[in-house]
Parts: sequence; C-alpha cells; structure tokens
Amino acid sequence: MTTTATTAERVPNVSVQHWAEPGHEDDRSFWRKYVFSTDHKVIGSQFLFLSLFFLFVGGALAMMMRWQLGFPGEPMPGGGVFGQAKAVQGILLPEFYNSLVTMHGTFMIFFAIMPLLVGVFGNWLIPLHVGAADMAFPRLNMASFWTAVPAGVLMLASFWVTGGAAGAGWTAYPPLSAVPEFSGVSMGQKLWCVSIAVLGFSSLMGAVNYITTIVNMRAPGLGWMRLSLPVWALFITAILILLAIPVLTGAAILLLFDQTIGTAFFLPEAGGQPLLWQHLFWYFGHPEVYILILPAMGIASEVIANGSRKPIFGYRFMVAAIVTIAFLGWIVWGHHMFQSGMNPLLGTSFMFSTMVIAVPSAIKTFNWLGTMWRGDLHFHVPMLNAVAFVAMFIIGGLSGIFMASTPIDIYIHDTYFIVAHLHYVLFGGSLFAIFAGIYFWFPKFFGKMLNPTLGKIHFWTSFVFFNLVFFPMHNIGLKGHMRRIYDPTQYEWLAEIQPMNTFMSVSAFLLGTAQLLFLANIVWSLWKGEDAPPNPWKANTLEWSIPSPAPHGNFEEMPTVYRGPYEYSAPEREEDHWPMGEPGPGEERPPPEEQRRKEAAG
Amino acid sequence: MDWSWFLPDPVSTFGGEIDTLYYWILGITGFIFVVTEAVLVWFVFRYRHKEGRRAHYSHGNKRLEIVWTVIPFLIVVGISWASTEVWMEVKAADRVPAVEADLPLRVAAKQFEWNVTYPGPDGEFDTGDEFVKRNQLHIPVGRTVRIDLTSEDVIHSFFLPDFRVKQDAVPGMVIPVWFQATETGEYPLACAELCGLGHYRMRAQVTVHEVEEFERWLATETGAAGVEPGTAPAPADTARIETGQGDGDGEAASAPAGDEDSGKGGDRA
Amino acid sequence: MRELLRRVGGMALVSGVAVALACGGAEEPGEAPEEEVAEEAGPVVPPDSAATITGVVNFEGTAPEPEPIDMSEEPTCAEQYEGQPRKHPVVAVDGKLARVYVHVKEGLGDRTFPTPSEPVTLDQQGCRYRPHVLAIQVGQPLEIVNSDGILHNINTQPQVNRGFNISQPVEMTTTRDFTDPEVMIPVKCDVHGWMEAYIGVQDHPYAAVSDSSGAFTLENLPPGDYVLEAWHERYGVQTASVSVEAGGSAQADFSYSADMAGAEVPLGEPIDLHDHGSETASRAAVSR
Repeated sequence: MTTTATTAERVPNVSVQHWAEPGHEDDRSFWRKYVFSTDHKVIGSQFLFLSLFFLFVGGALAMMMRWQLGFPGEPMPGGGVFGQAKAVQGILLPEFYNSLVTMHGTFMIFFAIMPLLVGVFGNWLIPLHVGAADMAFPRLNMASFWTAVPAGVLMLASFWVTGGAAGAGWTAYPPLSAVPEFSGVSMGQKLWCVSIAVLGFSSLMGAVNYITTIVNMRAPGLGWMRLSLPVWALFITAILILLAIPVLTGAAILLLFDQTIGTAFFLPEAGGQPLLWQHLFWYFGHPEVYILILPAMGIASEVIANGSRKPIFGYRFMVAAIVTIAFLGWIVWGHHMFQSGMNPLLGTSFMFSTMVIAVPSAIKTFNWLGTMWRGDLHFHVPMLNAVAFVAMFIIGGLSGIFMASTPIDIYIHDTYFIVAHLHYVLFGGSLFAIFAGIYFWFPKFFGKMLNPTLGKIHFWTSFVFFNLVFFPMHNIGLKGHMRRIYDPTQYEWLAEIQPMNTFMSVSAFLLGTAQLLFLANIVWSLWKGEDAPPNPWKANTLEWSIPSPAPHGNFEEMPTVYRGPYEYSAPEREEDHWPMGEPGPGEERPPPEEQRRKEAAG
Repeated sequence: MDWSWFLPDPVSTFGGEIDTLYYWILGITGFIFVVTEAVLVWFVFRYRHKEGRRAHYSHGNKRLEIVWTVIPFLIVVGISWASTEVWMEVKAADRVPAVEADLPLRVAAKQFEWNVTYPGPDGEFDTGDEFVKRNQLHIPVGRTVRIDLTSEDVIHSFFLPDFRVKQDAVPGMVIPVWFQATETGEYPLACAELCGLGHYRMRAQVTVHEVEEFERWLATETGAAGVEPGTAPAPADTARIETGQGDGDGEAASAPAGDEDSGKGGDRA
Repeated sequence: MRELLRRVGGMALVSGVAVALACGGAEEPGEAPEEEVAEEAGPVVPPDSAATITGVVNFEGTAPEPEPIDMSEEPTCAEQYEGQPRKHPVVAVDGKLARVYVHVKEGLGDRTFPTPSEPVTLDQQGCRYRPHVLAIQVGQPLEIVNSDGILHNINTQPQVNRGFNISQPVEMTTTRDFTDPEVMIPVKCDVHGWMEAYIGVQDHPYAAVSDSSGAFTLENLPPGDYVLEAWHERYGVQTASVSVEAGGSAQADFSYSADMAGAEVPLGEPIDLHDHGSETASRAAVSR
C-alpha cells in the first residue's frame, strides 16, 4: 500500500493532501509561487514580512510618543513633515498624540504580534510539525493572508484622512469612539472599525484551518501527547480565536452602526450603554491576551528544550497549563473593568478567577526552569531570546498580581504600572519569543542562517534597553502617573519625576535603533547569509528531517512518528537528540492505520 | 530620578489599608521575583555548555510539579481573600454612605472639566442654594464625603491619587464614590481615562479644609453663588463693577492688549 | 468541496481587492487647512464709483454686568488681570452697542469677489478670545494664535461649514479657513469653559463689527440697493434697507434695547447662495 493511499483514507475529506513526487519539478508560475501562493510556508513568510512591516510602523509611532513624553512641547526632529493637523512647527499636537497611542496599540496587537505568532508560526509550523504536506484548506489559507492585507492598508490609510487616525485608544471606548464631536476623529474611527472587522475574517479563516489540520492531518504515530508544544499552543489559540474574534467583529460592526447610521448601542442618550462595549471588547480582549502569549510560550518551550538539550520538564503539565489558561481566560475579562462602574461584587469574582490564572502561568515558568535544570545549555541566539522571554515573563506575570487585586487596582488602574505590565508581557514576553522563533526557524524557510553575531548584538541591546525603557514605568506608575497623557509636566507631582520620562525616552530611541539590527540581519542574511544545513540546531521535530529551505510539498513521503518531540540526551543514544521520525533500534515502521484498525478489531 | 517602590503618603481613611495590602503583595511577589530570577541566572551559569557535559535525561517530577501548583494557588487565594475585604469597604454599594454622609456632592465630568455641585449650607440638593465650582473640590477634613459621579459626554475617570480613589465617570450612570480625608492640604484631581485631546489637562484641585474653615468657605461661596452662571443678576458688588467697566469695553483690567476690538484696527475705518 | 473552496477563496479575494480600492479612495482627501486660497477673478468696484455705508448701533437701557470668571486654576491667565477677570461684557456705552456683526445680506447679485490672502487673527490671550466677534471671508486664512502658552482647544461649531476642533498645547499659530458663508460660527474652548467667540463668514468683503462707540463702516461698495443685517449674540438680529449711489455714501442705523435680551439668536444660518447681497463692506483688517 502506498503512502498516498494511506493519506487519502486517513483524511478522506481533505483533497489537497498530495505528496510531491520525488524529483518533481516545481513548475508553478511566479505569481502562484510567491504572491497568490497556497503553500503554507510561503504564506507564513508573507505574514512575516507584512507583520514585520507593521511592527516597525508601530515602533515608529512609539518613538514619536516617547519624544513627546520625554521632551514635551519641544519640536520633534522631522516633525515638520506632518501637516498642521498633526504637528505645528514640529510640535506634536495632543489629538495626534492620541492617534499615536491608539494606532501604536492597534498595530502592535492586531497587525504585528498577533499575525507574527499566529499567522507566521501557525503557518510555518503546523503542517511541518504534524507531518502534513500543507494546510487542510490551502486556498482558505491564502485568502486569510490576502484579507489581512487590505485590513492593514485600511488601518494605515486612516492617518491620511481628514481628522486623522482613530484617537480613542486601541480599546475604542464609546462614546469617545462613537461620536466624532467628542474625539475630533470621524473617518479614522470608522476605518478603524472596518479594518478590525475585516481582519477578523482573516483570523477566522486561519483558525479554522489550523484546527482542521491539527485534528485531521497528523502523521501516523503522532498522538496528541506527542505534539510539539508550539502546535499545542497554536491549536488552543486557534480555538480561542474562533470563539473570541466574532465577538470583536460584531462589536466593531455595532460601533460602526453607532458612528454611521444613528444607532445607539453604546450611547446613553438613546438608551445605549457604554459599558456594553467594554464587556464585549474585553470578552474578546482577554482571550486575545492569551492568543498573544500562548504561542509565544509554545515557541519558548521548543527553543528552551532544544537549547538545554533536555526533554521538556513535565510535558503533560505544560499542556494542561495551556488548556487551563485558555479556559480561565474566558472568565477574567472583568478585571479590565474594576473601576468602570461595574457592580463591585462582580469585581470580586473576577478577581478570584484572575488570581487563579496565575497558577498555570507559574507552572509553566517553573517547568521552564525545570527544563534548564541540569541541562547542557547552548546559548545560541534563539536560546538567548527564549531565556529572556522567561525572565521577562516572570516580571510581567508578577506585576499582574498587583492589578488583579481589586483594591490595588483602584490606585494603579490606568497608570503607567499597567503600561509596564503589558509591555513586559507583550514585548518582554511575546516579542522576545517571536525573536527566538524567527532566529530558530528562519533557516528552515529561507535556507540561510541568520548571522549569529548580529543576532547576539541585537539580543543584548534589545534586552538591556527594553528593561531601561519599561522597568521605570513601574516606578512612575506607582507615583500615580496616568497613562495616555500627552504632557505629564502639566501636573506638579509628575513634573517632579519628569527626568524618569526623559530617561525612558532616550532608552526607547536606543531600543528602537537596536531593532534596525534585526532588520539588517534579515536582509543581509537573505542576501549573503551562510547556507543552512537541514538541521542546524540538532532538533527533533519533523521539519528538521527535510532539506532547508523546506521544499514545496514538504515531505517526500508521509513521515511516521516514533516518539515525542523533546527526546534530547536520551541515555541509550550517543547523540543528544533523537528525531521524531527516526525509528529506534528494533522499531519497525508501523503498519498503515487501516490495517492496525482491522487487527485491533480482531 | 525616583526608583522607589513606595507609594505616596495616603490621606484618606482607607488609603492605609490599600497601601498595607500593596506592601504585602510587593513583599510576596518581590520575594518570588528575586528567587526565580536568581535561580534562572544561576542555571544559566551553572549548566551552560561545557565540553563533555551531557544533560540529565528527565521528563519531570510530578511531586515537584504538584508542589509548585498548590503553593501558588494558596498564595493567590490568600491575596484575593485579603483584597476582598478592602475592596468591599471601598466600593461595595452597601458601604457607600447614603444621604447621611457628612457632605454629599455631585460631580459631573465633561470635556475637559470637573464641575462640582455643592449642596449649600443646608447640606441638601434641590433646595435652591446649591452652587457649582469648576475644577475645584473643597472638602472638610475628617468628614465623610459622598460623591455622585457622572459624565456629560464621554467616559472620564475620577482619580485622586493621594486618596487612593479612582472611579470611572460614565455618561448615563450615576456612580457613588466616598472617601474621608485625614489631612488638610491641597491635592490633585486628574482624569485617568482617555477622554479626548484635552485629557492630559483635565485636572482640578482638591482642597481639604479644617471643618470651621470649610464652613466659612461654604458660607462665602453660597453668598457669591448668585453671580454664578445661569442664575439671577448679582447683588451689587462695587469692586467688581469697577474692574469690569474700566473702559468702554469694560476691559481695562485686561492688561495685555487693551481693547481687543480696536486692536483689530480696521473694523471701523 | 474543492469547488466550494475555490469560490470562497475567490470571494474573499474579490472583497479584499474591493476593500483595498475603497481604501485607496479614502486616502485621497487631503487636509483642508493646506488648501490654497483661490484668487477668483471678479468684478472689482472701480474706485471712482465705490460707495460707503456707515452706521451706528444704538442701544436703549442698561446692559447686564459681565459674569466673573473664576480663573484661579489658570494662574498664567489670571495674573494678566488686575482685578476679577470677567467674560466679554455686552458693551453699551452712551446708548451705543459694540460688537454687533453687520453684513450685507442682500443686493450684491451674482458678483463674486477675490479672496483676500491677508489673514484675520483670532488670538487667545489671558484665556479669552481676542476679538470676541470676528468677520472673515470665505477662503481667507484665519490665523489662530495661542499667546498664553497653555493648552487651548479651538472648537468651532458651525452648521454649514465643516467644523474643526484643534488644540494648541503651547504658544503656536495655526491657520484654517472656511468654505461657506455662515452667520455666525460659535467658537469655544473645552479646557476653559468660559471662552467664547463668534465668527461671521461671508463670500464678500462687506461685513464689519461695531466698535465701542457703536459705529461701523462698509466701504468700497458698488452702487445699489442693499439689505443689511446686524447680529448680536444677546439681542438678536435686525435688518435695514439702504441704497447708495456711485461714489456716494449712506447711513444705516440699528436700534437695540435691553428688553430684546433673550431673543432667539440665530446661529449658523445658511446664507442663500444665490442672493447674496451686493456691496462692498469694509472688512477692516481685510480690505486694508
């Protein structure tokens, strides 16, 4: 029986599962190969470039905010290029600053971190890690990317419309976001809603694909408890996306109705309720937080096990923690609303669920430490970033305890303490894991190693300046420094701590500059980088058993899985890694599933 | 540069309780932070790759994992328990003093000002002697203040950092807030929820008076309330009339440019 | 299945492209303020035939006291006043009313007039607008100046024009203009609730604001019959008919009294674009 036949039986509904014949020439046209490609690897790379672009856009916006905060009222160098609706004589205007705040958050969350984690790593890793030729629905996958593009363009374009880009915060609380007279932004706010709704469809198409692929297309021998942790995390993330995003899409459309056709879902004068938006938004928004961290945790687990040359400590607990976080993630949204006017009794119950979610996070942290314990730590660039992820996630997790405690939240809610917390989780956490993942898997998809020297410089500068920017935010937050304010020196007690702001701003400029090294590394390595061997990190998962870059169709024949992904330093082997697809001594290729089923049936 | 982790001194009755809770959490999380990061750094140096080192082959330790599941669970439940007490005292509806509060106030936020309505000397609203002060919150020390908080346009947040008070002001809702000042002085009131272009400057001053001083202030303001916008013409106040009518435009007092309209030059040419 | 997928994919693509196109369109509208002042060729009134209308706005009774402003929160502004800062008073001295906006409402026919490039200034000084009532022409630059160096926002609330709400966090100058005639556009500052000003916009130069002696002058009018309208924020609107001959001059007076207070004051009244009056006004700062 041929492998192909087995496949068809195993996933009868999925017609695309075809294996490239050995030596088969790839004769797709340029457009089909690189632009409207259905190859998950190309789509992943497309997402990479798209979201890196938005990462840098979001970063540039942050630089401008930091200029204003560090040097309030002084003309920004180059600020003259903006029209006088944004900056007068180079001095950023408060309404433009609000747009910067809003769009920085929007770009980073929806167009950078989320597509980097879900779009890039979901596409790159899932088919390869489950041993499939491609996604279950390759065309849907392509549509997912090509829906994200117009959403991004739409969002970016809003900077150039009359009134400028949305300025009501990335959370878009109505009535500010719903009534143009209140924010001074009309078209920009509408474009925001439309773009978010369109992007929602992109995410849904991705999520459906990931779930189907993982459930249906795992290679023989790849049981659930042999899945790699990134795939586990992406699987759970996809479920979160599938359930959370429609809520946001719906809410964005309701908000759009309030803005355009005179409904009043969120406007009190006609019987609407502003808090309804907050409930809808955060009902999406908190699972979103886990959408932004779970895949990062998966990537970190993969890289730490590899860099430590040790099996992951407590694989089952790690999986259970992912599932628990995802489950609890649905019942904690109210902790964003402790001071919103929501019933204080609800605050109490949300506090308990929020506190409890710290437990699975703690398990994961301790298990990463456990993985490193008595390991053989190789500090290649991905490992450096993954360890930094753990270190920063500890800080972000612990600071979360403060605001989970309702009375403390009274004081620190909407202050820079929150800003510090969320950046420790999203930048220190997610983004460092993304760096780790990109350094780790770049060779597999582009056939070139990223330059390790540049990578190390990038890591250390990022790590140091990241902490110099964001750690002091805890301190100023504890002084009562409100977030999203344009000029702190307007308050006496904040004017006293203004040197902190200037210090953070200078650090932020250096942090931003350091990211150019990353960009340079990618460009340079694509151009002239060292050719990547098939398995540069001596890793176990299936993708490392095929050439770099991974060919179209992935595997020459369907792989069979003999063991879990983290069998490093097994005593019975001389080498310190043991690929999943390599039969051990005495292990035969298992018979096709059909036959096994018959045998089992007797 | 101020790297301290201490909070500014609290000046409300429940401020101290919130701060105590904060320092407990700071202690606990600080301890966990130091220990875990120290272990991490120690591992990084202790187990870094050396020639001939081989990792210990282990898939985990269930007992250990149960330990580090249960301990954090107990810690966070303990913190939650302690938090609930303080939270209910500050926010819960049945603890918010009803009308019998020593001083009932109404605060209406709007872009970009805090309008405080005082009940006048009788301490009651809708009796005709209430008056509004813009961006000025005057309260007596040691007396319970109850504020009915609302907003006229967008969501604002009533933030008194020194009093550890924060409550969003939501249009269409009236949310009760209470606190009691423990020290006299002047303190900031800030808006903590992004409310538009003037958000960063939506500030007011809180003045905590001695009780007698507050009574005097209230009496004076009630007397002057007649000239507040929207009410009947003021009783004659010669000093004001003088300054108000220095020249034909009534703007002699406006030092900078004299008569604004004539400043325009050509209007009447 | 495959067919279905293809269709779904195709649909997604088509909608994606449609959105991309839509958004391309969205990018186009530029920022209004940068718009160039169009110099329209219009009949300029020959100097020898230019007529003049002068007038006085009379007032009977006692004007109310200006309301005091509690400026204690804004020391930068408060210290600019020797005594109690007050709102802009209704200025009525010796039976004359100041700050009345007078413009030619009817009689200019289809004449068009060049747009002045000289700006009109609205200054924010001592947390009050200077001037309080201001005349400007369509397309003429409005220079908004913040002399206080603290945050002011300029929130215009027109009915006809597209409003703007811009901020000036420090000392700076911003230039804007209006696209349509409108009487009057209220201006307020949300940071300092007491600040208010009114802007009258005409597509001709014949509008003026009465001075502290109640006098106004409309200069360089073509000869003809006109309807003048006077607007006061407290006492409402009045009209007067007047004719002038070439090179001649005429008198048009208005009379207000204290009992007119509380009259309904029209704001943002759309001007009939087909029948704008005809005449030359002497928009002071403008025509010079």
